[in-house]
Amino acid sequence: MRLQLSNLEPGETAVIEQVALSESDQGFLMRFGLFVGAEVKCSRRAPLGDPIVYSVDGSEIALRAETACRIYVSCPDSARMSECQR
Amino acid sequence: MKLVLPTPDSSTVNQPQRIRTVALIGPPNSGKSTLFNRLTNLRQKVGNYPGITVEQRTGTMASPGGDITLIDLPGVYSLNPHSDDERVAVSVLSGGMNGVPQPEAVLVVIDATNLGRHLTLAVPMIALNLPTLVLLNMGDLLPKRGGSIDAVKLAGELGTPVALVSATEGTGLDAVHTFLEQGDEPRQTAILPILQDLPHCRKWAAQAVRQADYRAPLPPIWTRRLDDIVLHKLWGPLVFIGVVGTVFQTVFGLGQPLSNLLQSLLTGFGQKSGLLLSNGLFRSLLLDGIWKGVSAVLVFLPQILVLFLFIGLLEDSGYLARAALIADRTMHGVGLNGKAFIPLLSAYACAVPAIMASRTIENKRDRLATILIAPLMTCSARLPIYTLLIATFVPERPVVGVLFGTRALAMLLLYVLGFVTAIGTAKLLKSSVLKSTAAPFVLELPEYRWPTLHSITLRLLDRARVFLHQAGTIILLVSLIVWALTNLPLHQGQPPELERSAIAHLGHFVEPAIRPLGFNWKIGVGLLTSVVAREVIVGTLGTLYGSDPATQAMSLQIALQHDLTFSGAMALLVFFAFAMQCTSTLAVVRRETNSWKWPVIQFLYMTGLAVVAALIVNHALSVLN
Repeated sequence: MRLQLSNLEPGETAVIEQVALSESDQGFLMRFGLFVGAEVKCSRRAPLGDPIVYSVDGSEIALRAETACRIYVSCPDSARMSECQR
Repeated sequence: MKLVLPTPDSSTVNQPQRIRTVALIGPPNSGKSTLFNRLTNLRQKVGNYPGITVEQRTGTMASPGGDITLIDLPGVYSLNPHSDDERVAVSVLSGGMNGVPQPEAVLVVIDATNLGRHLTLAVPMIALNLPTLVLLNMGDLLPKRGGSIDAVKLAGELGTPVALVSATEGTGLDAVHTFLEQGDEPRQTAILPILQDLPHCRKWAAQAVRQADYRAPLPPIWTRRLDDIVLHKLWGPLVFIGVVGTVFQTVFGLGQPLSNLLQSLLTGFGQKSGLLLSNGLFRSLLLDGIWKGVSAVLVFLPQILVLFLFIGLLEDSGYLARAALIADRTMHGVGLNGKAFIPLLSAYACAVPAIMASRTIENKRDRLATILIAPLMTCSARLPIYTLLIATFVPERPVVGVLFGTRALAMLLLYVLGFVTAIGTAKLLKSSVLKSTAAPFVLELPEYRWPTLHSITLRLLDRARVFLHQAGTIILLVSLIVWALTNLPLHQGQPPELERSAIAHLGHFVEPAIRPLGFNWKIGVGLLTSVVAREVIVGTLGTLYGSDPATQAMSLQIALQHDLTFSGAMALLVFFAFAMQCTSTLAVVRRETNSWKWPVIQFLYMTGLAVVAALIVNHALSVLN
């Protein structure tokens, strides 16, 4: 029932469920408001597709897809639930 | 690690003492540096903390009770000493940094438009148990975007005074003076718990923000609209190319002629004032030694100022982060991040400002890799020798139509050679000694703002001062050494002809070593004199061939054609593509990395590469011919 943060489409909002990174990286991302339970909105992708810009806690934060794919979010809208389950 | 701070003894608690030293601390992107500039204006000192690449900035603030020293600590996310920046902050705060007085009070700067997150990060900084003033910066933007905060209530929650300020507009700063004049009074209430882990800080900060009736501002509409264009799939790259092209063209097209103009003005001034002096060694020392050395330093200023004008505009407006976002995909492939793009591009004009500009890269290893590869980019100082040798040895034949011939191709190949080597070196460095500790790349996109004249002017003055003071002395010293070698030993009280000077002896001495590269002793002297700056070799060769009776009547090109083989000339071109023939770059690398280790490694690596490449080219071409 989870989605990788990198799979979020621009405009979609989700809640972080798990950060599958080392403890120090988790601590590092937490400084930017990226922690379990935080609400994240995908704002846009960079023109070349990567990095991806997210709205977190009032800031615009860009993450590379290689990092965003290690962050799992709960799929918010039902329209995409099917996609999550696939 | 917990901070160990002295507890004030009872005498100071009862009799408030005047505060003399204050530290400015806050998370990155809180506008802390702008605030520091506002509070101290030009009364700043910039150096490096011993042994590390963290810049040490202290300033002086006038106050009715006398001057106050303000220490601008690096922007940090926490006080857990993980990075150099954090170690410096902790060390200064605990009085353990040599030569830096321990702060008696702290100004904590946070972004009022992003209070939840910034207060979370600032909790450990507020809990230091020193007299503290919390400055909510961007106080002008908060109401503009429909946000609000009850600063008095927040002060109650934090147990410290709180002031809403705007560093950009310079408003609300009276609070700082009032706070500092009150002296070392004990805090009203020390209610802050010692919270070391972020989740607890976060919970606590969220609670405090709620109690203070914080209404978060609406998203910045204009920033979103601008980003829709600037980060658009099609328009984004076009704007990027436009901006980057303008920066490059201006640094190259305006900075370079300005440098040349300054050079001729300085030379002209030197010659005019030289007429007032009697001929002799003293005049030569003043003119060819000191004045030339001073000129060699000053000519870099126009390019540094032009590049930093742009970097200032781009960084203060917020576009620099967008440019880094666009360039990141490409730079990631080389093992660097997007922020390295603009410094590396400007290295095509001159490596000196480029290396100074690498300061915008926060990741220390990426920054070091950028510094190490920047001098491989074809800078404008290589053009005189490239042009001379190509015009002399490469016959002009059309390659693609009439416009693009063999000479243009040769020039292009040299640019490509430098670029490819730089990329290869970056990959090598990033996969070995400078391998990043895999910390995820995170880029904050700040709100767009109008840059202010005040901030840009201070940046330019600051960079000019840093360059003149810290690199200028080394460049001047090397210029003087080269002058001394050119003018010694004295012959009947007069300086010798160039071919009898100490440097010519050195040229003859190194000749056996450079002969396999296809170079003769005159080229050797050129290589020695051009350690001051690459373009110097052309002048040296002109002097040497001009004073040699056998070649006196010829132009430099004809003389070179008689004296150098084709393969030797091509080897010399390749040698200049790689060799670190630039004292100014070495001086700036030393200043930016705060040690001699990296400039020495860089010099050995680049010169080693140059020798090997020249050897291969000379032999390969000799065999082919």
